[in-house]
Amino acid sequence: MAVLLLLPAAIVIFGIIVYPLLRTLWTSFFAVDSPFPGRYPFVGLGNYRRTFSNSEFWLATRRTAYFTGVSTLAELILGILVGLLMNVQFRGRWLLRSLVVLPWALPTIVNATMWRWIFNPEYGALNALLTQLHLLPQYRSWLGSPFLALNMVIVADVWKNTPLAAFLFLAGLQSIPRDLFEAARVDGAGPIRSFFSITLPLLTTTVLVILVVRTIEAFKVFDIIYVMTRGGPANGTQTVAYYAYLQAFSNQLFGYGAAIAYVIALFILALALVYVRLLRTEVEI
Amino acid sequence: MTGEGSLVSSRLTRREFLKVGGATAGLAVLAACGGGGGGTASSGGGGGGSGTINALFMQQAAYSVDDIKGMTKAFQQANPKIKVNTTFVAYEALHDKIVAAAPAGTYDVVLMDVIWPAEFGSKHEVMDVTDRYPASWKTEIFPGALETAEYNGRFYGVPWILDTKYFFYNKDMLQKAGVQPPTTWDEVVSAAKSLKSKGVVQYPLIWSWAQAEAVICDYAQLLGAFGGKFLDDAGKPMFNTGGGLRALQFMKQTLDDKITNPASTESLEEDVRKIFSQGQAAMALNWTYMFSLANDPKESKVSGQVVVAHTPSGSAGAPGCNGSMALCIAAGSKNQGAAWKYIEYLTSQKVQTQYAKLSLPIWTSSYGDPAVVNTLPEVVAVAKTQLNDMILRPQIPSYNQASQILQASIQKALTGATSPEQALDDAASQVAKL
Repeated sequence: MAVLLLLPAAIVIFGIIVYPLLRTLWTSFFAVDSPFPGRYPFVGLGNYRRTFSNSEFWLATRRTAYFTGVSTLAELILGILVGLLMNVQFRGRWLLRSLVVLPWALPTIVNATMWRWIFNPEYGALNALLTQLHLLPQYRSWLGSPFLALNMVIVADVWKNTPLAAFLFLAGLQSIPRDLFEAARVDGAGPIRSFFSITLPLLTTTVLVILVVRTIEAFKVFDIIYVMTRGGPANGTQTVAYYAYLQAFSNQLFGYGAAIAYVIALFILALALVYVRLLRTEVEI
Repeated sequence: MTGEGSLVSSRLTRREFLKVGGATAGLAVLAACGGGGGGTASSGGGGGGSGTINALFMQQAAYSVDDIKGMTKAFQQANPKIKVNTTFVAYEALHDKIVAAAPAGTYDVVLMDVIWPAEFGSKHEVMDVTDRYPASWKTEIFPGALETAEYNGRFYGVPWILDTKYFFYNKDMLQKAGVQPPTTWDEVVSAAKSLKSKGVVQYPLIWSWAQAEAVICDYAQLLGAFGGKFLDDAGKPMFNTGGGLRALQFMKQTLDDKITNPASTESLEEDVRKIFSQGQAAMALNWTYMFSLANDPKESKVSGQVVVAHTPSGSAGAPGCNGSMALCIAAGSKNQGAAWKYIEYLTSQKVQTQYAKLSLPIWTSSYGDPAVVNTLPEVVAVAKTQLNDMILRPQIPSYNQASQILQASIQKALTGATSPEQALDDAASQVAKL
């Protein structure tokens, strides 16, 4: 009876997770060069060797690591600041909280399109704002040079994902007993001291959770790149996931694309392994 | 994201950890679509010319969405047994959508760019329609249009959009600077320099140099003008020498001279049209469609000032980049009879004449037809000669890979990361390995 009840869930999980995973693994061992089923030459680990010996792949990995590191760090710092602000008692706090959730509620595609407009060199809001504030002498191109473009995409990504961090921090902040702060105040600790001695240590688990969720998500970044820059200019914003997509769908090298996708999955698995260890030691304290 | 919840819980078992891994590995599913189920390339029945067909178009340049919907409506009225569903995507998404939809047979009719017949034909993603071609077509259709759907002597579709990049300039701006309309690239540079020095416009030139096929089109046109070739007769890259190198050096020089808008490296054709129509550029290359839209007061601040001309010449001539597109029957189509009827209708001289405003017909005789000439007299006058002088991008199955390599290399040179020589040598050695 139990088997019968579990069967639908098992079929769904097999169908949408296990089968595609195995199918991709299988594909990665063949020189599949069209989307049709059929017989393709077996190449063993050839697609993986090709991945590891490809300098473009490693450059894309480096860019992805940079994207992941900078965006996660920025989201952590901004997230804790916004979280603190939302935790303060004041009139209209509900308005602040609803506003903060807005970026997170936008679909990534919409967010990416919006930021592409904001960064538009001729009629974008950013150029207009900066020139009217006299911070910029004249309009400039934001997505036209490789490294700057990568950083501008990070800005768009941080704007969208900071609310997640902020709300997790808010939840963490609300679980800290008020009397700890009162005791600290009695002992003569100022707000900065109590932030670093009480708030931050008690939020370590939250920080770790955000770190796990955001680094893994950021490492897989695809849609915002696809909409904002399509990997350009000069491959400056080409991340590994976008690179895998290009190989599979634009170049119809499905076997090679599958191998790259598996390598990315392995990278993320390694990250997850580190995090699980960290979380476990943290919880045992 | 089945893993997120388990990470928050205080104790993680090995099994839960594997679930996290599984969720992240979901990315690997990305490529799983390759080799998935669905029909085979050779299947897809004839179809008697009735039923429902799905057609995939682009929402960019040439015919507008309204035009295509209008044509389709008229087709359905003439063929009440056939129902057509149209889908529109950006040009940049068109190729990948055709590929991803091929095994499922989602579309019956797809729009194919001039650079894809080798790829789609050799992988059997679109049907070989050579036998459906009436003999008369080979003489009645512009040779440059026929090439669009041809690979190894077979036809994989019917040309529909006959297009090349024309030279557009703002005559009022040139007048203000007191310069004659340029006809060579050297004259373009000197005109741009005086436009800039006289303060008429900050950046006289705008190009579609984003990392996309668009940059290759502009590059191809310059490469042709300076007498370069993409590949030699043996199929080895030679764009890193002679005219190919000269073309990239020219592009970089206009950026260094600050006569090209630096936003060019993030612009597509639509951006070029918008910036030009805002009066923020005096000269640009673009497809036919820009003429009508840049002269339309609703779309443009410079309507009435825009002149279309033959592309400027370099040391070796003035070929336009062949940017034509063809309509194809997708290999997975279950209703190829109806699909062919629809294609025949859309490419017919009658329909093309009616909608000539944004895209000129493929039929040679149309260029003497008053109905077409009167729609766009300025463009037709230029098109008559320009369409006989076009440069084709390489017809090779791995074109997309070669193009991506070249796009990135060109942009590396344009953004100053490497010299033009170095960039093209790197690209040539990578392309040679494909």
